[in-house]
Amino acid sequence: MTHDPHDHDHEGHDHEHEHAHGHDPHAPIQAKEPEGYYPLLADAVRELLIEKGYFTADQHRAFIEKIDARSPALGAKIVARAWTDPKFKQRLLDDGKKACAEMGVDINVANLVVVENSPAVHNVIVCTLCSCYPVFVLGRPPDWYKSAAYRSRVVRDPRGVLKEFGAEIARDREVRVHDSTADMRYLVLPMRPKGTEGWSAEQLENIVTRDTMVGVAECRVQQ
Amino acid sequence: MSWGAGIASRFKPGDKVHVAARFPTKGHIRTPHYIRGKTGVVERICGQYRNPEELAFGQYVGAQQVLYRVRFPQTHVWPDYRGNPKDTVEIEIFEHWLEPAK
Repeated sequence: MTHDPHDHDHEGHDHEHEHAHGHDPHAPIQAKEPEGYYPLLADAVRELLIEKGYFTADQHRAFIEKIDARSPALGAKIVARAWTDPKFKQRLLDDGKKACAEMGVDINVANLVVVENSPAVHNVIVCTLCSCYPVFVLGRPPDWYKSAAYRSRVVRDPRGVLKEFGAEIARDREVRVHDSTADMRYLVLPMRPKGTEGWSAEQLENIVTRDTMVGVAECRVQQ
Repeated sequence: MSWGAGIASRFKPGDKVHVAARFPTKGHIRTPHYIRGKTGVVERICGQYRNPEELAFGQYVGAQQVLYRVRFPQTHVWPDYRGNPKDTVEIEIFEHWLEPAK
């Protein structure tokens, strides 16, 4: 029997993509080009570390799985709790790592510095040297956070960059840039907006987005 | 804040410090170029950690370095800074990059 990609039937699948692209979706997968230098180097180092017994392939996979399971929803839970529990907020500002551990969130780095926005101060986070980011409370960073443009510009023209993100910071508020250069990671504790009095934790968590915890946006009550 | 508790540090929060204006061309240095030679104030002691300049070359022995968070006025860091004169930048800097400032 010949194997025509069109003659068999997938339930609820009309093969529209074939018409759009005009190629055989069942063709064998072939490598198009060799891997780049750095991905290849990373693979080689990983294999060497496994060979030398520093960790197993399964431990390495499990670590990636653990990172991939993190998302800004975790950070939002921490912020919403800080908004509604002043004692927890104080513990969070005093020692971010310990306070997160209380909520079952393992930070996995030396410490988490939580910086609080106020009518007097707006905080924004960057890593000018590479792309240090609080992965264990926010998940993987967005591409713009890792871009040379953000990293070089937000440190010297934070107000200009924030304006491009749509956040105009009042001139009389201090803008404080946190350059994540060594062992700490940073999380912005955004201001709780007016009109959220009496909201449930879940309602509050919904308005705490990734960008508000990096400091390129402020929390808003959705219109 | 208990961050510096029990740590023998050369500087304490509130101290004015000067970042060394050294520009070695080699090594894994976590002191950004733009802050070398600038003066700021210690905001907190972050603890003691391995010096990344040694760690990057596989040295896991010897004394750890005190790590500080230092706050700088933006108008001092960038002479053409256009924002509010109160705007600041905070950076983690290891003790061996800091000198006392008057």
